[in-house]
Amino acid sequence: MQRLIEGSEAIADAAVAAGCRFFAGYPMTPFTELLEHLARKLPEVGGTCINAESELEAVGMAWGAVATGARSATGSTGQGLALMQESFSEMTLAGLPLVIFNMSRGQADYFQSTRGGGHGDYRHIVLAPMDVPEATELTQLAFHLADRWRNPVLVYGDYLLAHTYESVEIEPIDYGTLPAKDWAVDGSAGGSGKSRLVSSLGMSKDPKRSVDPESLWKDVAKRHREIEATEVRVECGFTEDAELVVVAFGTAAKFVRYVVRQMREQGVPVGYVRPISLWPFPYSALAEAAERATRVAVFEINAGQMIDDVRLSVLGRAPVVAIGGISTDASGFGVGRLLDTEIIRERIESALKGQEVPV
Amino acid sequence: MSTDTFLPTDVPPTRPSHKVEQLKPDLLLHTNHHLCPGCGEPLVLRELLEVVTELGAAERTIGVAGIGCYTAFSSAIDLDLIQALHGRAPSVATGAKRMLPDRLVFTLQGDGDMVNEGLQEVIHTAARGESITCVLLNNGVFGETGGHMTSTTVIGQRTKNTLEGRDGSYHGYPILIGDLLAQLEGTVYAARGSVHNAAAVASTKRMLRKAFESQLRGQGFSLVEVLTMCPTGWFIPTADGPGYLDDVLGTVHITGELKADGKLVTTAELRARSQERARRQSAPGQEAERV
Repeated sequence: MQRLIEGSEAIADAAVAAGCRFFAGYPMTPFTELLEHLARKLPEVGGTCINAESELEAVGMAWGAVATGARSATGSTGQGLALMQESFSEMTLAGLPLVIFNMSRGQADYFQSTRGGGHGDYRHIVLAPMDVPEATELTQLAFHLADRWRNPVLVYGDYLLAHTYESVEIEPIDYGTLPAKDWAVDGSAGGSGKSRLVSSLGMSKDPKRSVDPESLWKDVAKRHREIEATEVRVECGFTEDAELVVVAFGTAAKFVRYVVRQMREQGVPVGYVRPISLWPFPYSALAEAAERATRVAVFEINAGQMIDDVRLSVLGRAPVVAIGGISTDASGFGVGRLLDTEIIRERIESALKGQEVPV
Repeated sequence: MSTDTFLPTDVPPTRPSHKVEQLKPDLLLHTNHHLCPGCGEPLVLRELLEVVTELGAAERTIGVAGIGCYTAFSSAIDLDLIQALHGRAPSVATGAKRMLPDRLVFTLQGDGDMVNEGLQEVIHTAARGESITCVLLNNGVFGETGGHMTSTTVIGQRTKNTLEGRDGSYHGYPILIGDLLAQLEGTVYAARGSVHNAAAVASTKRMLRKAFESQLRGQGFSLVEVLTMCPTGWFIPTADGPGYLDDVLGTVHITGELKADGKLVTTAELRARSQERARRQSAPGQEAERV
């Protein structure tokens, strides 16, 4: 059944449809509504939602819940997620399939999401939906990928995604079978000699490997190489003959795609690349698009973060220019004047002409 | 005090080490560990595992380990375990308990873990009345880093960063964590034990049992704080550990039940009782009260 609902509610419904049964979070704009909806919806299906006393405690609770094998999630804005980074890093090493929601303020958490603000060698799968229908699919995919890889997955949204009402139909999506969670700690194995330990420290109950962080870190790095090879998601439009390729993600990509399609109808040779997975980043798809283009433009609502990955993809095949920039309303949480199809079109036209765009 | 069972670390041993008694609890996979001679933590671990066995709870128990010397036990305890970050064990235990409410869930934390890094976590967990048991191994120092001041280090105690002894006017005052948690409505049981002598060890085991029993009845949060020896971190001879614990930490963090059966007793009241006992014992012609 199609329903006209707020993005936050749609994501909450998608999480529940995916089997999420535990959520803990701390209110923070523009993430708050996701917490509100889950606080109402999770108890209805026998789940638990805790209004944690801090972000540190929220991620800790999610850690305990996910370690028992339950599909569990937490979230915040980038600021709140900054407080959770130590746990994210260690949960990755512990192989825990946590799902994280970032309802960010603008797009300035690209580095935080894809590089992580935490310590050590770790990566998260990062999925960046551009609108509410896609968010409901990617939310369910996030839980699947987390379990498949035993690795945290972050869904990167923003103010507009969280607060826009769109018509959606949310049904459980079957992404295929997953291995049994034989690693999960349910308390039943005590005294058997085969009790389990969920640890990020490289410790094990196998006396031969009781403390072996090097092997653990190598295993995690191997897992991340496999994810890089298999989980890239990207949408490309008109790149086969585009002189200018515009790269954008998330909400910004929705605006860019609209403008590029309009310009194409008028015969302007532009195309777009929309990374859906920010990690792993679609390096190959961008390299291919840049092969035929004379210029690559990046539209992101920040001082220039994803542009680093675009440059790494293009590797000098074409000049890479920034056409986005810092843009917010007076609250600092919301949407600024740059998210405007007229402005985006002007900037794309400038880039086509090789003119510099003030960022 | 007999030094027979202590292996000195400050002088070469005078005789080969020998096994005094087989004390390995059923729920310990092996007895290999890297803890120092004279450490009090293995005593508490043994009691904890014995209590789990005695309650018949081994197949429905989840332990959450903090970060400290005791973390080394994680690979040896034959219970399902989750390793938490420094200070975060009460939250991790909360998540596990909420998903599996019929399990016995406990945390194992040191004073640096619980009272420094994770103070707000344990307070909030107690206030929420989570039916979990937090076990605090309190030796008044960061043992693992090599003997630094924690929030439970007592006034006058020398550590690597309170070289002349903890000075309240400069370093601040110790936190009596048991009192802090006992007063919260969500806490049903709080007690402070010690392992400096056999009587204290036996009393601590009773406390652990009562705490776990209250949890299994689903009554709310429980805390068992146990004072443990750390001769290495205190920079004293191994054999002096129990005496130092009793004389230095034990005179501030007084042992006894702080909350049981709805009755709240402060550390100050425990101190007054202990002084009264000592006075009676020293007074001739009066019957000594059983400790």
